Amino acid sequence: MLEVKGILNGVVLDHIKAGKALEVYHMLQLDKIDASVVLLMNVDSKELGKKDIIKIENRVDFNFNILSLIDTQITVNIIKDDKRVQKFKVEVPEEIIGQITCKNPRCITNFDDYVNPTFHKYAENDKVLEYVCEFCEEITKFKK
Amino acid sequence: MNHPSLRHLIEPEDFTIDEIEKLVTLGEDMYKNPSKYSEICKGKILASLFYEPSTRTKFSFDSAMLRLGGNLVGFADANTSSAKKGESIADTIRVMGYYADIIVMRHPKEGAPKLASMYSEVPVINAGDGGHQHPTQTLTDLLTIQVYKGKLEGHTVAFCGDLKYGRTVHSLIRTMARFKAKKFILISPEELELPSSLKRQLQDQYDIEIQEARYIEEVVEQIDILYMTRIQKERFFNEEDYLKLKNSYILTNSKLENAKEDMIIMHPLPRVNEISYEVDSNQRAVYFEQSKLGVYVRMALISKLLEVGPYVRG
Repeated sequence: MLEVKGILNGVVLDHIKAGKALEVYHMLQLDKIDASVVLLMNVDSKELGKKDIIKIENRVDFNFNILSLIDTQITVNIIKDDKRVQKFKVEVPEEIIGQITCKNPRCITNFDDYVNPTFHKYAENDKVLEYVCEFCEEITKFKK
Repeated sequence: MNHPSLRHLIEPEDFTIDEIEKLVTLGEDMYKNPSKYSEICKGKILASLFYEPSTRTKFSFDSAMLRLGGNLVGFADANTSSAKKGESIADTIRVMGYYADIIVMRHPKEGAPKLASMYSEVPVINAGDGGHQHPTQTLTDLLTIQVYKGKLEGHTVAFCGDLKYGRTVHSLIRTMARFKAKKFILISPEELELPSSLKRQLQDQYDIEIQEARYIEEVVEQIDILYMTRIQKERFFNEEDYLKLKNSYILTNSKLENAKEDMIIMHPLPRVNEISYEVDSNQRAVYFEQSKLGVYVRMALISKLLEVGPYVRG
């Protein structure tokens, strides 16, 4: 069995739906940070059957709630001095600023660098999350 | 960012129902007694920033400001502005605020006037942004309805043609919903139906019956206000789709045989061929008067946002 050692300080993102780790990696822009990152995919899980895990060393300053657009079941574990000091589920944000782009090809946010794309939560049910663009009012859906 | 108390008109919801009613009333008075208002904007300057071509809206704003005694600066083609050099909207607006007291903006990108309003030190009026909103056309439409139907509430309003990209439709339908319309009838080909998100917003927020139809004749006898729209070439990504749909919905006198005598036919203009010329002499056609009324309601809007004239005095 594949073994990956734990981290002394940092974040462990657990219970990521199997196959979604790369999306999480890109959403948090982990390719742009100077830290060690481990992606574990298709790991056996009693709860989920299979799951993905991401470990990020020495960094905890992320907007974790944005991950609810990918998977609302993700658990965040904050590790300090080899101990878990905090554990929580990601929460669906009321507002998203600058982290996703508007799908409307005519929206000003896709053309003017000055503007920060801003979205407000419009609706939520068991299957989808919907956000409305503050500028063009286009609704973007995210499957849960 | 600008100070929060500054008022703009980016979408009809920026004004309360009461404010809209007052504007329409003031517009009606300006239409009937224009000389009373001919100097209330003396010394004020309106900047019109038209990043997209326009005839009616641009000239009706120009005419409105001149009839109020004010002056004009601006451009009617983005190629003659710094936008061509890649200047951001925020920078353009900040500077224009030093040159003018009020800004009117049309832009092909949706949300551009909203962005402008966030950085402006003077009031910004959205004169149309892509397929999104056209609130001053809505005010024009409301004044027309007030003048010809005597009230804004309780009508069965049919929208016909391009309901997908038609920004005039999007602005008006939301506002008529706020004025407790009796019923909306949506007449369009499948490809140009009202966006489902907007349809849902209307159903979620207002208890108004919505009926969908493919042809005018199916529903004409129910209609109080028939709002025709142009199938707009500039909203299509390819020529083939445009050619396929542009002749879909043409209004003729024969299609109006069963219409109510006091039904009115409106159109934001310009038309291409969606209303036959024979309909122009039909007593129900009010679309040219509608264009005329646009000047007066824009005069009322300018006076409100500049806080000059009787609006301020109440």
